[in-house]
Amino acid sequence: MAIRLRLDKPWRPLTAEEARRLPGQLGVYQVADAHGTIVFIGQAGARSAFGLRSELQRELGERGDGYQFRVEVNMQYRTRWFELLMVHKADHGSLPADNAKNPPPLGRLSPA
Amino acid sequence: MDFEPSSEQQMLIDQVRRYVRDEIIPLEAKLDPDASELPSDDHARLVEKTKAMGLFGIDIPKEFGGPDIDIVTRVLLAIEMAQHRAGLYVPCYGTFGGAGLAQIFEANDDQKERYLYPTLRGEKKPFFGLTEPSGGSDPARAIQTRAERKDNGWVLNGAKIFISGADRAQYGIVFARTDASKGRAGITCFIVDADTPGFHVRRVVHTLRSSSYATELEFKDCWVSDHQILGEVNKGFAVANDRLTRQRIPYAAGCIGVAIAAHEMAIEWAKMRSTFGEKLANRQAIQWMLVDNEIDIRTARHFTLEAAEKARRGLPFRTEAAIAKLTASEGGGRVVDRAMQIHGGMGMTKDLPLERWYREMRIRRVGEGPSEVQRMVIAREILGSNLR
Repeated sequence: MAIRLRLDKPWRPLTAEEARRLPGQLGVYQVADAHGTIVFIGQAGARSAFGLRSELQRELGERGDGYQFRVEVNMQYRTRWFELLMVHKADHGSLPADNAKNPPPLGRLSPA
Repeated sequence: MDFEPSSEQQMLIDQVRRYVRDEIIPLEAKLDPDASELPSDDHARLVEKTKAMGLFGIDIPKEFGGPDIDIVTRVLLAIEMAQHRAGLYVPCYGTFGGAGLAQIFEANDDQKERYLYPTLRGEKKPFFGLTEPSGGSDPARAIQTRAERKDNGWVLNGAKIFISGADRAQYGIVFARTDASKGRAGITCFIVDADTPGFHVRRVVHTLRSSSYATELEFKDCWVSDHQILGEVNKGFAVANDRLTRQRIPYAAGCIGVAIAAHEMAIEWAKMRSTFGEKLANRQAIQWMLVDNEIDIRTARHFTLEAAEKARRGLPFRTEAAIAKLTASEGGGRVVDRAMQIHGGMGMTKDLPLERWYREMRIRRVGEGPSEVQRMVIAREILGSNLR
């Protein structure tokens, strides 16, 4: 099975109902604006009370309406998060706007 | 051999034990359970503390500014430094500094100026590029990355896998085949700058060690000059092998440290937890698990200190290092497993460090030479080269 590098699932509207239906599991997620531009790549780590559900509910509370999201359940949320950030930087030349405000220490990746 | 710590060693052990308890564990409690880095301000503050303790750069040889602590003492301290959640792979989050890669101390004067000293000052980070997709246990035969002579230098083509830190490194030590007809005598060690055209970090490799990742590298017509050869042409395997042997001793020490921490947690839990009206500690089934833990830890500690003592005295220690690595990684894994069993459901959660140690300890039976290779090394010693 090929290893998927990018998170390329369909976007879902970031609403209270969609967030409530998310699993309480660990993983990573992306938030995009209405045009599909990724503005943030986040992780639901072991300190999130209800994993992805808690994180996306928090995102909705802070951002309000007009955003969309996609998630990936993943126990390796930290390394997958770093990977998504590095791949985004390789693809776009910069981090998503909200990650760039407080960038984590990142390496460089040049995916084939 | 007497492995009881001297009074000086005990003083250092106590100092590091207090440091782990008072500085590392409280900070770690605020981090994600899979974290492998401290916030930069905390890291900088703690580095100043270890410098004040006179223990910064503990693995750096004295002639290069290290604190001149012998390998036996360093093993005793490494056992202490590993006794926290991230301690197996990131003892004390690197606040005791690092020596970089052992091979780079063998560099010529020009290479020392460009790579060794900046590494010791913390300005450059290296990676170690040995393992390839074709195999890691038998690098002398598995290395397929080629280096071909061109324009007063060498052109590298090939791939490496399971390489830690290559995406953040400024340079790496890369092993490539320079003579296809000579087996292990046809490998050369190159220093490759990370900004060299043709050097690529292609992907992240996710493993059980979810706190940190490895990488896969590609060398595509990557030209390096003759000045980048570490040692001599076709003598690179000795450079790799020496490192692999030496590294097994501190590798074993880390396993012992985590095993001790898990064992202490299990003892404390067994004394506190009651089932069916009886403390776990009063049940023979639990007592025997604790006894087996104690035996595994003492065995690994003895063999690891024996290997360190032989290394300290300048005696051959290849077999002893293999025994140390084998007993510590396998025994340490059993100790963590039993500690989880004693903790029951709590042992499986990310609330406790046991699940992280369990995953990371499993890697230790493969990393730095799998158990089977260690047994081969030991068997050769037992049987002798001529099977006497």
